[in-house]
Amino acid sequence: MNSKQHASGVVAGRLATPEIEDNFQDLHPALSTHEAVVAADRCYFCHDAPCVTACPTSIDIPMFIRQIATGNPQGSAETIFDQNILGGMCARVCPTETLCEQVCVREVAEGKPVKIGLLQRYATDYAMDSGAEIHRRAKATGKKVAVVGAGPAGLACAHRLAMYGHDVEILEAREKPGGLNEFGIAAYKTVDGFAQREVEFVLSVGGINVQYGKKLGEGVSLKQLQSDYDAVFLGLGLADVNALHMPGSDAEGVVDAVDFIAGLRQSADKSDIAVGRRIVVIGGGMTAIDAAVQAKLLGAEDVTICYRRGRDRMNASVFEQELATSRGVIIRHWLQPQSVNTTDGKLQSVTLEYTSQDGGKLNGTGELMTIEADQVLVAIGQKLAASGLGSPVKLEGGRIVTDADGRTSAEKTWAGGDCTNNGDDLTVTAVAQGRDAAEAINQTLRQ
Amino acid sequence: MADIRNTFAGIKSPNPFWLASAPPTDKAYNVERAFKAGWGGVVWKTLGEAGPPLVNVNGPRYGAVWGGDRRLLGLNNIELITDRDLHVNLREIKQVKKDWPDRALVVSIMVPCEEAAWKKILPLVEETGADGIELNFGCPHGMSERGMGSAVGQVPEYIEMVTRWCKASTRMPVIVKLTPNITDIRFPARAAQAGGADAVSLINTVSSITSVNLDNFSPEPSIDGKGSHGGYCGPAVKPIALNMVAEIARDAETQGLPISGIGGITTWRDAAEFLALGSGNVQVCTAAMTYGFKIVSEMIEGLENWMDAQGHANLDDVIGRAVPNVTDWQYLNLNYVTKARINQEMCISCGRCHIACEDTSHQAITQEVDGQRRFEVIEEECVGCNLCVNVCPVDNCITMEQLAAGQTDLRTGEKVSGDYANWTEHPNNPSRVAAE
Repeated sequence: MNSKQHASGVVAGRLATPEIEDNFQDLHPALSTHEAVVAADRCYFCHDAPCVTACPTSIDIPMFIRQIATGNPQGSAETIFDQNILGGMCARVCPTETLCEQVCVREVAEGKPVKIGLLQRYATDYAMDSGAEIHRRAKATGKKVAVVGAGPAGLACAHRLAMYGHDVEILEAREKPGGLNEFGIAAYKTVDGFAQREVEFVLSVGGINVQYGKKLGEGVSLKQLQSDYDAVFLGLGLADVNALHMPGSDAEGVVDAVDFIAGLRQSADKSDIAVGRRIVVIGGGMTAIDAAVQAKLLGAEDVTICYRRGRDRMNASVFEQELATSRGVIIRHWLQPQSVNTTDGKLQSVTLEYTSQDGGKLNGTGELMTIEADQVLVAIGQKLAASGLGSPVKLEGGRIVTDADGRTSAEKTWAGGDCTNNGDDLTVTAVAQGRDAAEAINQTLRQ
Repeated sequence: MADIRNTFAGIKSPNPFWLASAPPTDKAYNVERAFKAGWGGVVWKTLGEAGPPLVNVNGPRYGAVWGGDRRLLGLNNIELITDRDLHVNLREIKQVKKDWPDRALVVSIMVPCEEAAWKKILPLVEETGADGIELNFGCPHGMSERGMGSAVGQVPEYIEMVTRWCKASTRMPVIVKLTPNITDIRFPARAAQAGGADAVSLINTVSSITSVNLDNFSPEPSIDGKGSHGGYCGPAVKPIALNMVAEIARDAETQGLPISGIGGITTWRDAAEFLALGSGNVQVCTAAMTYGFKIVSEMIEGLENWMDAQGHANLDDVIGRAVPNVTDWQYLNLNYVTKARINQEMCISCGRCHIACEDTSHQAITQEVDGQRRFEVIEEECVGCNLCVNVCPVDNCITMEQLAAGQTDLRTGEKVSGDYANWTEHPNNPSRVAAE
């Protein structure tokens, strides 16, 4: 046993490096060619297939699977990339159990869907490893488009615009591209630096330049972009987080889950990441699950997710919830945080109040309970950093309003991904919106 | 318990499952393993004339066609007859027959098309105590170019001639093995019968190229970049074999001629089908080469269980039972009207029945009903073709239901007649015969 395993407080190296590396291996290892062909053979090549309808990017799933079955993985990848240039990441992070695989007729018939996600990964990995050209740029149009944000929406939009021959300038606030794919997803879902490899793959189409450290509202304004470019796409994501406001919430050891995950993703050696012995995670979404599971994999002894509503209201899919519990995370429902308790500035516990639902309204019951904790991970939602946008961009519920094509209320400006009010905070939806906005921008620029 | 003891062309075996003349029966070692596993008999791999042993290729001898999960559907081979010394083979045959007296041991022979050659080898085989001989007029590769194998089997006159030589020179029952690489199997069968054959066995392998290597454009199996047509066998050839067996079984001239059924038999069910179409026993090769000799116990028990369940006491209750039901197209009942029915409880909504019917057939299956994804048969369009049943991935989800006499066929608007009526009497048939 590692000597630090049971140390109290927030410490690094609870587990030895090899054990941590083992814990963080690929959640769904890639299929071998034979496995892929066998899995592909289970696809019925449905007509007007339900899986295609369920895919936010409408990938022709039966076709790409048939291409795998016939020994044409390159063609299969082309089918995928035509609809979804981030098909490699989506194959890894899509909640397929609530999208394509949920409606697979094999799921309906046998409770065992075709492994669509893994097959998509097989084909996209093959093509990205082969290095063969997938897309060629059309002749240059001389039009320039600014894309704000190098996350899934921005990359998908930029790629499609570049294909059409437009010149694209991406402005990225961070020093590295990828957005949530790079900073916000559990490490075991995208191992071996895949997010960066995928960005390189997307950019390899040409015609896209990325400027790093460029944040809207800090030296660059939307107004300026509108005047310098023929069109602007906003793929800002949700850069701000909701903070916990309660007694003790400013204590050391109360950490934002988004930052915790980003730190993990960016560390070269995960045994450097400090983690508590007993952790309470507040929230019920994918971020809560990703943070909780990874904390557990780093060696935390007790990790408890506390969500203020019932299981059916959790944004994290059932698969993700089961993944968490299989890794030893405890998920508790109907509990809202009341205070973070410290002694001599040291985090000791979290006090929570039981809740109940009365119609649509959530009420505290007055009954309290306390969970011992030396670290609290807060995952109660992210929000748009709207300050740099300026008034012409109409918001609703704190997010950008767009029409079906992604057009915002501001001139020459489109938006897509989590920053808009019509998504579901999924990578695949962000890709679809970025791509569709690019189509709309292209139409407009060619008029 | 059903009795599956078998007598074929006078040769007795404890069950009707023989191993066909092929690599698995090339030497005592294999044959003894087969008998230990329970095979009722073997046809020893084809012997040629005495002299320097035959030479096989030293590269691959087999090509293959696979289904999903690399399930072997068809095998093709370019191996020749035995490449072991004749006298070694004869010695082993004699010993094996002595050690396994209750099993059938038939010896396959192929020598040049000269009477002297046959007269020379037959006494040698007879001396082993073997139960019978099988004349290899079937192999489509290698030997056929030397005037043997299917080169003989493709000329009915040669079949008759050689069969007659053999009958005149041996007391052993003579089984003539037929090649499927002809246009009408009845002619070689009739020729064998005319020559005095005690039985025919079929099919031998089908001339084939299994695939082409698209990197070097060589047919497979590839020998130094070149390929040669080989003999195709395995599950893929079963339907071809069943038809040929049935054609001989129902031919007025060859009716009653014992048939040893061969061609893709893999399970007890395949065997039962061959028996029902008139085979007196069956021979198996590819299934054994794929899975080993143990499969015979599944075949034996499966056949027994089916016979018990159906109340068939012995093989005679089964053999030929389907033959009277094989007829010519013109005698099929045109008043037998069926419509597809889709069981909505079982339907998994894959839509394959719809797209198959819509794109390639009669536009008789919906895709949507009241705005919902739903697949229903449009009776007005359904011709009862059965394509939807065949493409549906769910067993028994789509069935063909017969319209009872008096019901209206919504496609034609006519009432279904309960009478039998066929094409020979149909008004649209220019050569119809008047109904009585």
